[in-house]
Amino acid sequence: MSTLIETRNLKKAFGDHVVLNGISQHIEKGEKVVIIGPSGSGKSTFLRCLNLLEEPTSGDVIFEGKKINAPKVNIDAIRQRMGMVFQQFNLFPMKTVRQNITLAPVKLKKMTQDEADVKAEELLKRIGLPDKADAYPGELSGGQQQRIAIARALAMNPDMMLFDEPTSALDPEMVGEVLAIMKELAEDGMTMAVVTHEMGFAREVGSRVLFIDQGIVAEENTPDEFFGDPQNPRLKDFLSKVL
Amino acid sequence: MNWLSTVGEAFYNAWVPEKRYLAYLSGLRMTLLISFFAVLIGILIGVLIAVVRVSSRHSKSPVIKVLNQVARLYVTVIRGTPMIVQILIIYNLIFTSPSTNPVIVGAVCCGINSGAYVAEIIRAGIESIPIGQMEAGRSLGLSYHTTMSTIILPQAIRNILPALGNEFISLIKETSVISIIAVNDLTKMAGYVGSRTWDVIPPYVIAALFYLAMTLGLSKALGTVEKRMAKGQRK
Repeated sequence: MSTLIETRNLKKAFGDHVVLNGISQHIEKGEKVVIIGPSGSGKSTFLRCLNLLEEPTSGDVIFEGKKINAPKVNIDAIRQRMGMVFQQFNLFPMKTVRQNITLAPVKLKKMTQDEADVKAEELLKRIGLPDKADAYPGELSGGQQQRIAIARALAMNPDMMLFDEPTSALDPEMVGEVLAIMKELAEDGMTMAVVTHEMGFAREVGSRVLFIDQGIVAEENTPDEFFGDPQNPRLKDFLSKVL
Repeated sequence: MNWLSTVGEAFYNAWVPEKRYLAYLSGLRMTLLISFFAVLIGILIGVLIAVVRVSSRHSKSPVIKVLNQVARLYVTVIRGTPMIVQILIIYNLIFTSPSTNPVIVGAVCCGINSGAYVAEIIRAGIESIPIGQMEAGRSLGLSYHTTMSTIILPQAIRNILPALGNEFISLIKETSVISIIAVNDLTKMAGYVGSRTWDVIPPYVIAALFYLAMTLGLSKALGTVEKRMAKGQRK
């Protein structure tokens, strides 16, 4: 396996408040890294540093061997290869589902409108919403919106997907449908980095689990070891509260 | 009845003899022309200022930072001082030649004033769109400008238009202030008629009715536009 994305001593501070205090991580192609941790621990910030929605204060983010948090790097081109799914879905409310999905590939000249429409249909079938192409996001449930947000990111044919607490804003009965899509995506071999509170998902789908606490990776392991035999006392404490 | 005929006569005097209605119409024409060009100038200045103010939030360019400070100063000064004082300063500072076209004087004075308000309306409209929309666009690989023009602005415009409409309505009313620099707008012409008839109230009431007709007309028109836009939208 080869490394897709890497961080070297990544630090991020908002003013005086240090959120990430030196994280060095490799994510290999095809790997599914699940990131858990208490709220405010910096796990979302870490994820958002990977596609530079947050600019690191120091340290490097390296994508396919190239440092991307440098001036003159075309970050838009890198982001086209890293899809992102947000807690709040962030669908475009004035556009139909189809337009949400096809907007980026067409604007960025990756596809013609016709090709993108075909792709959108394909994706909507895949996420189980083939009849919602002409609906507006406001007419859909949270679970449906999040599935469409996943489809929107997939429309760019990314090499990697970032998920920032994708099920945290959902009603409980809708969490399953979103996780099912993510699991399918994982089985298809997508490289994934997932910040989540869904321990079942982490255990089942993750190839590696990171515990971020106080801005550092306090523990990382395979899911079996991670949940079966946690070492770090704070992780033990955290797991005892969430499991 | 006696009272009513007195009032009727006063208004008749303020309107008919010596073709006085022509005076109001020429004043009305001036007010409309000044308002129209002032709106154009206001939009032009407002958009420029808003672009500077909004883009300074994400840009690190020192030029933008300096421009942003200038824009802030402009907005602060214009919004913090009376328009009548602004007009007196601008008029005596720039338009000192007696041959200056009054439409230009009025439009520039009112436009410079309106620009500050338009800028704040546009900025607030853009900033009212959740940051997640920009992040979603950027995360797909769209540039800042593409995201702004295809995702943020179309949403912002719905918040901006009603407020902009109100600004233009108040602009029409405020153009009356330029009568103090001897521009023959509607208010000034009403004053002239009053000075001829020795009875100032009827001509000013007539002028007020003209202003009312203009602002009501404009607010009706804006209401129609808003309804049209609401039709195509869903939440």
